[in-house]
Amino acid sequence: MKAAVGCDPSAEGSPSSEMPTADSIAVAMSGGVDSSTVAAMLRAEGHNVIGLTMQLWNQRRLAGREGMPEQVHGRCCSLDDVYDARRVAETIGIPYYVVNHEERFERDVVRPFVQEYLSGRTPIPCSLCNNHLKFDQLLTVARQIGAERVATGHYAQVTFHEETGRWLLKRPADKSKDQTYFLFGLTQEQLSRTLFPLGGMTKPEVRELARKHALVIAEKPDSQEICFVPGGDYKRFLDAYLAEQGEPPLETPGEMVTTDGQVIGEHNGIHNFTVGQRKGLGVATGSPLYVLQIKGDTRQVVVGPDEGLYHRTLQAHRINLISVAKLGEPMRVSVKIRHRHEPAAAAIECTGPDRIQVNFDEPQRAITPGQAAVFYDGDVVVGGGWIESSG
Amino acid sequence: MYRVYLDNNATTPVLPEVLEAMRPYFGEHFGNASSIHHHGQETRAAVERARESVAQLLACRASEIVFTSGGTEGDNLALWGLVKPGDHIITSTVEHHAVLNTCKHLGEEGSEVTYIPVDSRGLVDPDDVKRALRPNTKLITIMTANNETGVLQPVEEIGKIAAEAEVYFHTDAVQAAGKVPIDASKIGCDLLTISGHKFHAPQGVGALYVRKGTHLEPMLYGGSHERSRRAGTENVPGIVGLGKAAELALAGFERGDDKTMAAMRDRLERELRQIDSAGVNGEGAPRVPNTMNVYFEGIEGEALVIALDLKGLAVSTGAACSSGAIEPSHVLTAMGLRPGQAKASIRFSLGKQNREEDVEFASTLVPETVTRLRELSPLWQKSVVGK
Repeated sequence: MKAAVGCDPSAEGSPSSEMPTADSIAVAMSGGVDSSTVAAMLRAEGHNVIGLTMQLWNQRRLAGREGMPEQVHGRCCSLDDVYDARRVAETIGIPYYVVNHEERFERDVVRPFVQEYLSGRTPIPCSLCNNHLKFDQLLTVARQIGAERVATGHYAQVTFHEETGRWLLKRPADKSKDQTYFLFGLTQEQLSRTLFPLGGMTKPEVRELARKHALVIAEKPDSQEICFVPGGDYKRFLDAYLAEQGEPPLETPGEMVTTDGQVIGEHNGIHNFTVGQRKGLGVATGSPLYVLQIKGDTRQVVVGPDEGLYHRTLQAHRINLISVAKLGEPMRVSVKIRHRHEPAAAAIECTGPDRIQVNFDEPQRAITPGQAAVFYDGDVVVGGGWIESSG
Repeated sequence: MYRVYLDNNATTPVLPEVLEAMRPYFGEHFGNASSIHHHGQETRAAVERARESVAQLLACRASEIVFTSGGTEGDNLALWGLVKPGDHIITSTVEHHAVLNTCKHLGEEGSEVTYIPVDSRGLVDPDDVKRALRPNTKLITIMTANNETGVLQPVEEIGKIAAEAEVYFHTDAVQAAGKVPIDASKIGCDLLTISGHKFHAPQGVGALYVRKGTHLEPMLYGGSHERSRRAGTENVPGIVGLGKAAELALAGFERGDDKTMAAMRDRLERELRQIDSAGVNGEGAPRVPNTMNVYFEGIEGEALVIALDLKGLAVSTGAACSSGAIEPSHVLTAMGLRPGQAKASIRFSLGKQNREEDVEFASTLVPETVTRLRELSPLWQKSVVGK
């Protein structure tokens, strides 16, 4: 007689088939509709599903500091979200765990996010999080606990291309939800172990499925903002974070100059600006002025008329290629320079190690350093890189 | 799934005898122990019998036992009940959060707190306690056994120091009660906290030993229950369960159950030590017989706990925070472990229900799981190549 506590009497004896197998899939669960539905779908298909929530940021850390809200609700890594994910896991009957990756998140996402603003660029932390946390750390943990693959609620598709022997990242059926822009950094190894079960579905279909599975979060609103920046107020976040770190507050004021170098005023810090911005420049002239460029080294903000925002080329670095192993000849593609950008026709060519130049057919407005340039061949992601400069 | 539970320092299952003893007090004997009538008399008698049993476990008088809702309440009552703004408290860096966070709050309300460090074995040096005494020292609070490592502090020596200095001495004995014999007068403490669910009574009941003559301000005001030290209708079934568990623990000591358990723990420890780059935290210090805390270099304890759970073995690491995620252990960090080593540490804790085959199950499962984790650990692979 086994005296082990909590032992299911019907399963007494040898280890049961519930043990993780090669078929086990870890689902990255945020407590939202998309990832919850993924877990329910895979479970209904008969897979061995393990729910994992990544604890990435302690929202209480900066609460009340430098004007940050005292109360934090319903955001990434909040107790509410963990509670929701746990409820879903319980409803569909899967094991569920919270894994703490706060240290790595701060090092690889939050710090670079702060540093980019200090350098006059406009960062996208979601891509860094995908590269360093979701498809790296989480995948490692998944494999360590016996799941060889990770599924997420991203709207994107992964397929294997027999002819080239490469894993392809493709835009989803629901183009309005396309998240491939944030996933361009995935390696072949990562893609081979990744499932995006929502790639062929529309958001209303996902919600319908969540309702069908009686998931408590079926009507939960979508989150749009950067998960660790409450209310989307990144300036307040930067102030609070630096204060917490005991670092001097952001003092990056400098000159406001025109394209020909004429100083027309002062500004209160380069982190307050982004390329293409019109409001809040603090200078009055006859015609509307826009931020054309932010110079991190001299702390100058270059302003000028709207037409000054248009450029035909951009330089990208820290390149990741997906559909092709390398870029030999220049290639015709369409390029997205921000999440909500209609891909524009261009040719890309390799201009050095880990460097690509994008030559657009038509000039593009507000090419912003710090954002990603992602290259598409139809729905297939060719690859991408980080925008260094335009010209 | 076949499951083995080796996380008894988190909580223990209620033993069948304990459940049987409690059962009548959920139905048949339902009276309020303060009532004058027959029903009240019945439950009053049960509560007082349980008080006798708990007093025997701690070798004290029944009148010195105050029933509480558990360890956290006991610790809070002891500290808030004695310490006033301006008073000085001496505690250690490895206390349970029930004591640490209470000290922190008392500190914010105007008390002074000294945190005594521990050595690499997790031990407090009594001389450090002595040196920390000040004219306004009101209370020394040092735990009897540590929840994470099982290390037993030199509480009798600390008790002597407290007595000489005429300051109050409280000890959180939550992880010691029922595991090692406890004699409150030998420890020389004025206050001692125990919790039922750590030794096979139900969750939600505990007791605070309050030495005769100790003036303690209550935290809960209301009726005159528990000699006006803890207002509120008694949790009769829980208290009966606590009494029964105390009786069973005492009977166990007479049979030498604690030695049998230590032998079982030592066997598991020997097996796990054979794993490459593994070691025991708190080695060389006296420990309660049921606990071992082991580190496996190059792994994340968090991943190991999950991997083991998915294969049916329940163990733990560090302290679980409210979300269920794991934070690096303040205890292991205080013992001087590198953060990586602290994160690579796992606690195994036995209970009365565990049998040899449970230890065998763990002895087989843990080494193969550690190997798998290391194969996939960039950290470990790097260090292996380095060698």
